Amino acid sequence: MKGQAAAIAAVIGSGVTMFVTYHSNFDSLRRTQAAYYDRYRFADVFASAKRAPLHLEGRIAAIPGVARVELRVVADVTLDVPGHAEPATGRLISVPAPGRPRLNDLFLRRGRWIEPGRPDEILASEAFALTHGLGPGDQLAAIINGRKRWLTIVGLALSPEYVYVIPPGELIPDDRRFGIFWMERRALASAFDMEGGFNDVALKLMPGASEAEVMARLDALLAPYGALGAQPRRLQMSHWTLDNELLQLRQFGILVPAIFLGIAAFLLNVAMTRTLAVQRPQIAALKALGYTNGEIGWHYVEWAMLIALLGALFGTGLGAWLGEGMIDLYNQYFRFPLLLYRLSGGVALAGFGISLAAGALGASFAVRRAVRIPPAEAMRDEPPARYRRSVVERAWLRGLSSATRMVLRNLERHPLRAAFSVLGIAFAVGILLFGFVFIDAMEHLAEMQFSFAQRQDVTVTFVEPRSSRASDELLALPGVLRVEPMRSVPVRIRFRHRSRRLALTGCPAAPELSRIVDLEGRAVTLPPEGLVASKVLAEALGARPGDRLTVEVLTGARPVREVLLARLVEDAMGISAYMEAGALHRLLREGGSLSGAHLLVDGSRLDDLYRRLKSLPAVAGVSVTAAALASFRRIMAQNFEIITAFNVAFAGVIAFGVVYNTARVSLSERSRELASLRVLGFTIGEISLILLGELALLTVLAIAPGLVIGWALAEWVLLALQSEVYRIPLVLTGQKMAWSALTIIAASAVSGLLVRRKLDHLDLVAVLKTRE
Amino acid sequence: MPGADPVFTARQVTKVYDMGEVQVHALRGVDLDLAEGEFVALLGPSGSGKSTLLNILGGLDVPTSGHVVYHGRDLTEAGEAELTAYRRHHVGFVFQFYNLIPSLTASENVALVTEIALEPMEPEEALRLVDLGARLDHFPAQLSGGEQQRVAIARAIAKRPAVLLCDEPTGALDIATGIVVLEALERVNRELGTATAIITHNAAISAMADRVVRLADGRIAGVETNASRRAARELVW
Repeated sequence: MKGQAAAIAAVIGSGVTMFVTYHSNFDSLRRTQAAYYDRYRFADVFASAKRAPLHLEGRIAAIPGVARVELRVVADVTLDVPGHAEPATGRLISVPAPGRPRLNDLFLRRGRWIEPGRPDEILASEAFALTHGLGPGDQLAAIINGRKRWLTIVGLALSPEYVYVIPPGELIPDDRRFGIFWMERRALASAFDMEGGFNDVALKLMPGASEAEVMARLDALLAPYGALGAQPRRLQMSHWTLDNELLQLRQFGILVPAIFLGIAAFLLNVAMTRTLAVQRPQIAALKALGYTNGEIGWHYVEWAMLIALLGALFGTGLGAWLGEGMIDLYNQYFRFPLLLYRLSGGVALAGFGISLAAGALGASFAVRRAVRIPPAEAMRDEPPARYRRSVVERAWLRGLSSATRMVLRNLERHPLRAAFSVLGIAFAVGILLFGFVFIDAMEHLAEMQFSFAQRQDVTVTFVEPRSSRASDELLALPGVLRVEPMRSVPVRIRFRHRSRRLALTGCPAAPELSRIVDLEGRAVTLPPEGLVASKVLAEALGARPGDRLTVEVLTGARPVREVLLARLVEDAMGISAYMEAGALHRLLREGGSLSGAHLLVDGSRLDDLYRRLKSLPAVAGVSVTAAALASFRRIMAQNFEIITAFNVAFAGVIAFGVVYNTARVSLSERSRELASLRVLGFTIGEISLILLGELALLTVLAIAPGLVIGWALAEWVLLALQSEVYRIPLVLTGQKMAWSALTIIAASAVSGLLVRRKLDHLDLVAVLKTRE
Repeated sequence: MPGADPVFTARQVTKVYDMGEVQVHALRGVDLDLAEGEFVALLGPSGSGKSTLLNILGGLDVPTSGHVVYHGRDLTEAGEAELTAYRRHHVGFVFQFYNLIPSLTASENVALVTEIALEPMEPEEALRLVDLGARLDHFPAQLSGGEQQRVAIARAIAKRPAVLLCDEPTGALDIATGIVVLEALERVNRELGTATAIITHNAAISAMADRVVRLADGRIAGVETNASRRAARELVW
């Protein structure tokens, strides 16, 4: 029983490990988040405008429900970081000096606060500074409103607003190319002609205030000043990502342990049922001596609890260790002043609780059945097993060998047990495939984004839209082979009572560099009139092709127009909308202006181009496709290697646990038969085939349902992850399916072979001398 | 009548079981020949070593010292694989507790052996030999003890073994059923000429044998040759 107990304890342990890992991380992250938000006064509502006068502050503060107001100047600039060829983008945010921001306060990790009257001093986000090896005293250059200015880092800081930072318009963090910087309010305002004004506002609400009400009033106040629409905290990028992660941790923390513990309960049930059958005479004797059912039953339940306890101990230990590792991983992406791992007593206790519950559940069915038999009946031999010709034989295969028949009939004699074994192994296949699906999905996403959609080498965005002449000027830059202009305008799109705020992109009808590509990799051609929306946007609005949408332009003269929803595209980019450039210009009633452009560049002259771009005043941001791809790959590799390793390990534990237990139980039930066969002259190899054939059959039967389980799990999780920010496509490759199946087959084979070794020591004579 | 050529020649066979602190001498130098077609009864109280001797003759166990030669081959020098092949092709076993495979029907239990034997008879033919031609498709659980034992005999002889070794084949059966089983053994011995050794502690059964070998305390205590064999049908105990 030792081996079986260990295998079951391992499955329970894996479930508890997952439970503890996920829940302790959930717990740690949530506590840290709450404390951080609270101490550093993270805002509830965010809004930005083109330029609003500071005297609005009183009226904003007077909105019912507003507790605090912070007015800021925020601007994205191109950075020239010493030793870094590609231009980076910096987001400059104003802070008071002296004093602290009323909302979204900063945690100063190193250095000091900005001194009043020092326009060259900045605080840099810790992540960006560390990535570039910068610290207090170091300098970097920024193109501020057309002029290159040297800025001195005086401190490294963190903000609750930027716990998770991704560059604008991208999918994943890149601390090399995007950083947050804080600058004295007056200095930043004067650099961007914002003296007496602001372009960003953050609000703290009173408890019980209506968020929607406040946002509507704020929008109304800011409307004349180029308002881009207020956003609640839950849609704030950093917060949204963090919350999403917390939700996932909690969902996984329930689903994954449930699978493991369910399988463990089943294994325990089978193992106990067999043990109790073997010990039937002893149970009968004890009952005859006057022991109660409860006393005898408890003895066996205790035994199951011991296994569960072992699993819980092991799982809590491993879970705490893994949990700490996971927090380290989170510390790379989420920037908190201090994110410490904390395994709370509650989580540990719950881990023990669920494993004991699984143990009790698994044992109780078997035990109740066994102790209920009256002693006189239990002292007699168990009635002989009833067999019949198996369904398979009756249906198709008549010419089967006797050995094959034995395998089939034994499986059919315990159809439920066989079915659960298949299900258990299938879950192992499923869990593995599920892990691979994420890798494939990300690979697919990368492929779609970087090979099919973004074929440009560099994307340049301008501070302000520029006339079509800018296109020719870009073409004249060193190394530039082709320029594809792009117009992007902030809009609010309404359909009936629903609306979404987003950037409407104008591009050529059939762009060649930055293409609109659906999930299958097909490029979309834009119609001469009307708007193409991502499926996610259409769903969010409840609109269908043919509907007329209201487009409120949030810049310039802020025209409001009706536009036909011409078609949908199912892409990976969350909510997005596109129009043919000419149609967009007509909608805006403007000439051929552009907000930026996609460039095809001669690779050998990239550095020259970068140098020139860093010094161009009109350029607000430069993004480099190859760099984005590299950082995407780096992060994916880092995360997925770990995830894959654990997936393989845990799926292996399940497969091993199920197969090993099935093998042990079937060896215990079958040892007499197998010994008889040995006496009849069957070789060890031949009887091994009979024992392992059963396991092989179970494993093979589990593969197809396992792939379905993996697919369903992935579909479910991806659906849950799908958001208006991005959408991960479900991709299943034959290769990953094959790997899942092969890994589980290997795990089954190993556990089968471990049990097979016991056949070498079958005592032929002893077995034959006794009645079963 | 049994032929002159010995199937087995056992010489000075001893078997010592190491039971921790004590050594149990199961066999203390046994000499025995078994001729072709001969029917031998091994008689003795329990613990006399008769099962040990049978197991060694059948290749299920190896002696501590001495030699067992089967048709010129020394079994004491055979390895595991060779002993398996020996059991597979040359020996038929019948045990007290039948040891049928419960998931296979009567004919399938026999087929189990015929599928791996060199020149087997058809399972149906073997079962007809033991008068079970009508119960081919019954599972062991659907057969009486005597019927199950006859299936075991059919399974043992279907490979046309040179020797049939039976360990208390009627031990678990009542008289009437036991006699039916013995009749089956008698018929196999007569019709196929299979040398048969049958272990029993029931002296009455020895009357149907050519020779009776008495064992006591690991030694051969005496050998008697029956002038004439009594038919199984006439046995009484």
